[in-house]
Amino acid sequence: MTKTITDVICPFCGTLCDDIEVIVSDDGKKLLEVNNACVIGTEKFLHSQSSDRITRPRMHQEDGSWKEISYDEAVEYTAQMLAKARKPLLFGWSSTNCEAQSVGNEIAEMSRACCDNTAATCHGTSLIAIQDVGLPSCTLGEIKNRADRIIFWGCNPAHAHPRHMSRYSIFPRGFFTGKGQMSRKLIVVDPRVTDTAKMADMHLQVEQGKDYELLDALRVAFKGEWLPDVVAGIPGEKIREAADVMKSGRFGIIFFGMGVTQTLGKNHNIDAAIAVTKDLNEYTKFSIMPMRGHYNVTGSGEVFAWQFGFPYAVDLTRGFARYNPGDTSTIDLLTRGEIDAMLTIGSDPGAHFPISAVKPIAKMPSVCIDPHLTPTSGVSKLHVPVAFNGVETGGNCYRMDNVPIDCRKVVEPPEGMLTDEEFLIKVRDRLKQLKEAA
Amino acid sequence: MTKSITINLISGRTIQQGVAIEGGKEKANYRTAAGIIELDPTDLKKLGAWKNTNVRVTSPYGSVVVKATETTQGPHPGVAFIPMGPWANSIIDPNTYSTGMPTFKGTPVTLEVAANEPILLGIELVQKLCGVKTA
Amino acid sequence: MSEYIIKNGHVFDPVQGIKGDKKDISIKDGKIVDKVSSSAKVIDAKDKTVMAGAVEIHAHIAGPKVNLGRIYRPEDKLFSCTPTHGMERMGGGASIPTTFKTGYEYAKMGYTTAMEAAMPPLFSRHVHEEIRDTPIIDEGAFPVFGNNWFVMEYLKNHEIENTAAYCAWLLRATKGYAIKIVNPGGTEAWGWGLNCLSIHDPVPYFDITPAEIIKGLIEANEYLGLPHSMHIHPNNLGNPGCYETTLDTLKLAEGFKTKNKFGREQVMHLTHTQFHSYKGTNWGDFESGAKEVTDYVNKNKNITIDTGNVTLDETTTMTADGPFEHHLCGLNHLKWANVDVELETAAGVVPYIYSPNISVCAIQWAIGLEIPLMMKDPMRCYITTDHPNAGPFTRYPRVIKWLMSKKARDAQVNAFKHKDKVLSQTSIGSLDREISLYELAQMTRAGPAKSLGLSAMCGGLKPGMDADVAVYNFNPDKPVANPDDIETAFSRCAAVFKSGIQVVSNGEIVSTGNKRTLWVDVHVKDNPQVMRDINEKFVKFYSMTQNNYEALGHHFVPNPYALEVDATQA
Repeated sequence: MTKTITDVICPFCGTLCDDIEVIVSDDGKKLLEVNNACVIGTEKFLHSQSSDRITRPRMHQEDGSWKEISYDEAVEYTAQMLAKARKPLLFGWSSTNCEAQSVGNEIAEMSRACCDNTAATCHGTSLIAIQDVGLPSCTLGEIKNRADRIIFWGCNPAHAHPRHMSRYSIFPRGFFTGKGQMSRKLIVVDPRVTDTAKMADMHLQVEQGKDYELLDALRVAFKGEWLPDVVAGIPGEKIREAADVMKSGRFGIIFFGMGVTQTLGKNHNIDAAIAVTKDLNEYTKFSIMPMRGHYNVTGSGEVFAWQFGFPYAVDLTRGFARYNPGDTSTIDLLTRGEIDAMLTIGSDPGAHFPISAVKPIAKMPSVCIDPHLTPTSGVSKLHVPVAFNGVETGGNCYRMDNVPIDCRKVVEPPEGMLTDEEFLIKVRDRLKQLKEAA
Repeated sequence: MTKSITINLISGRTIQQGVAIEGGKEKANYRTAAGIIELDPTDLKKLGAWKNTNVRVTSPYGSVVVKATETTQGPHPGVAFIPMGPWANSIIDPNTYSTGMPTFKGTPVTLEVAANEPILLGIELVQKLCGVKTA
Repeated sequence: MSEYIIKNGHVFDPVQGIKGDKKDISIKDGKIVDKVSSSAKVIDAKDKTVMAGAVEIHAHIAGPKVNLGRIYRPEDKLFSCTPTHGMERMGGGASIPTTFKTGYEYAKMGYTTAMEAAMPPLFSRHVHEEIRDTPIIDEGAFPVFGNNWFVMEYLKNHEIENTAAYCAWLLRATKGYAIKIVNPGGTEAWGWGLNCLSIHDPVPYFDITPAEIIKGLIEANEYLGLPHSMHIHPNNLGNPGCYETTLDTLKLAEGFKTKNKFGREQVMHLTHTQFHSYKGTNWGDFESGAKEVTDYVNKNKNITIDTGNVTLDETTTMTADGPFEHHLCGLNHLKWANVDVELETAAGVVPYIYSPNISVCAIQWAIGLEIPLMMKDPMRCYITTDHPNAGPFTRYPRVIKWLMSKKARDAQVNAFKHKDKVLSQTSIGSLDREISLYELAQMTRAGPAKSLGLSAMCGGLKPGMDADVAVYNFNPDKPVANPDDIETAFSRCAAVFKSGIQVVSNGEIVSTGNKRTLWVDVHVKDNPQVMRDINEKFVKFYSMTQNNYEALGHHFVPNPYALEVDATQA
């Protein structure tokens, strides 16, 4: 006999699909089948079941080998490391639940750490832009029910958010959008003819790095003012045509991704995109939304914000919270060599930071809390495997539109494994003892 | 002398990369998914490389060997794409210009055929670049 | 649990009619009691003022728009960070403080209960996470109903029973406290970039008017017999001439009587009345409509109001009135954030600087004070700043100073750049009334507690009530030398007790208490039609599944306190 669990939340991307069905063995120990998820989500659920999984903490040894240690020993190493460090960095938080993030923030406060999430390398610049010029946005159900103009700018949901288009943005038939895809016009802006661009009514193949120019040209086109023949590789005529499509809709949305946040111009590109959105609200209703990557990077920003006042790049070293991207942001802290201990959780900077920001991690006391083997675990001194959040433990997470959804536990973790939150609570309690003794 | 071309490098997600990271970054499948550079056919031709040839990609920030493939999301002449991961991050521009964000997209790189050089596995590559001793 | 006796203080308790008499207040097992044993810890309140813990009826302190404000305004933290200190976690933020700071600041001022004024139902889980992380104070949250598709569809056909059944379901799903309306119909119209500026503007597509939504929700509220009444932010907020829309809205309550077991008498609570009491036709001839609005409320006993006092600070406005925030951004050109919420509501956020050098801001300040000074019954008028919209809640002591001292008001009027305009467009200069401590206790304790249906529990010092007590360093026997002394005294309590636990001593946090989440659990007759409708809307139109919608579990509501309502016989 098997059991089917419905309404399961997929812990992969910021789309945070919550309609997954998971079939588990009768004893609830084995996950057998996954329905409704995309190919990445399915892999995530199934990989948790792999037989070669690491189930106990491991210390990297002098000779390059790994030695299995107990969780208690791992707690001791982590707490001692944080107690001794002058400027530790607690990084990641985007693939764990909000409860673990909360405990992490207590640890950060006690150890006067810098703390940051993966916005450092995805939508950090969007947050800077939002702080500059605001953010007219909405929930994803609004798109489903109302939107007749969809713009994907510098993002490729066909690859990065595979179910986004079917659940929210292109195909669904909503309350005022009964004809589904037929009631929507899709514009894609990307220097490549991505698989998303191939579906578009209009593809603006912007010259790489010229997003700001194109956004500005659109603002000019809205007002019917003079445009050069070609801007950012796009003929002026086509820009006018795109501007008319946007203005003529009843409800539009710009989804944007790494194509604008990581390209030169960075936060200024987003400034311009938000300004485009504001302009469009003079003619019709328009929103804009960052396509957040990790399934709970948004939640990490939320928890940081209500506890410390800032969404990322938070520096607690002075005993109160400071925020100054470029100064307190992770990549800069690492490449400037300011950090003397690093705890990574729920992310993989080893794979996703520029190598010059990874090298310092390999040289300092470091802990990587991650169910997987990763480049980060490969260069850290201590690797602490934990239960898969969203599979073997539940907890609250925030979708890319900031809607909170509580993840479900569907199977038991391997015997004796701790969750992120359980491990962090032990570290917190031990750190408290060390601080009180000092 | 080997032919080399200069091209504008960007990186980003692919669905294969997504599946591979969830399937295990220690596995060869991760290298197959992300240890590649997607090129426009015209750029492959300029480089004088067949598709699925190993190439060395060099920037002011580093150098890495990946497999050159023909893009499925083109044409995009003059633009090369390496899926996000350690291979791309060995060479992208780490400058944040005080925004906190490295310049993951828009790094000029040089390509040359390196048919006989090996492509390292993901974890292996990072460990090697960081000088981490492995057993 | 420990026993306490607060000795020799001047007690002000409208619940028992005590007007400053020297009395001892005894506390045992979390409640006020007649007497305690000799081992009770003595708190010396000689020459001090003793009141019940204050009750905040309307503030935006937890949830998505508050946090959006925190996220997008790092500048709000610039001079307002507080380091880790004793029991206190670090904090930051002036107009939108972090959750920990919010709890500490309320407690230090003697507040022990607060209501989050607008919870988007889809985001209830977020609201509850922040409430959980706001220490000490009991909190409830009002889900918004005034632009909800279910409500509009039922009320289009005047289906009160179905509306009520849906409200009951949503209150349980969101762990909500009351029925809140914000810009009825107007926020749904905002889905298309439109608005409803009068109570008769039709809502696009839904074929219903704001008036029908308001009346229908009053009826549903009374059908259920909820602790609080329908709580409304009317249409046309903040525009010159809006007082007429306000009066139209208030008149909708005529003829309705309440029916509840919680001691509540009103059927409508009008919030941040200041923003709804403007006369004039533009910003040039802008003037006060406080007299017209308060005259009406004074005559109609089935309405309560709160003030929404402008405090002349830089702040962060935030409301479910989406079109208003867009309009405001057009006025001040500061950064605009907006969130439209599927099937339910919207929200907007815009920073705002109430400058004493701008005549409109100064007039708004005056209107906020005229309202409580013109209200005859302090049990029906409560002090708020609509935090953070008209100013941060941390300015309550200053508002109290202005209300208690004509001298302080005059000093402020004289400091305005456009003093003459303030005097000509409002009657603040001719109002000599000074609010007494007893009236203050009515406006901040007994009154709001009664309006919320909590009068058996808090807002007073009668034996049997929760031991929420605030002791202020204020001697009512001594004439006030300097009005600023009032502000100082009400800023930091000598002692605060929350449910019998001492949480503040000499202005410092000494315990994080036993914070509870207040919510209203209504039982109604089975209503299969409404259950089917809910199911259908989730399947077709929501972006999440029904089974993931409810705020359930320890991590959302660790310490719930449910007010039970039986409406099965309704």
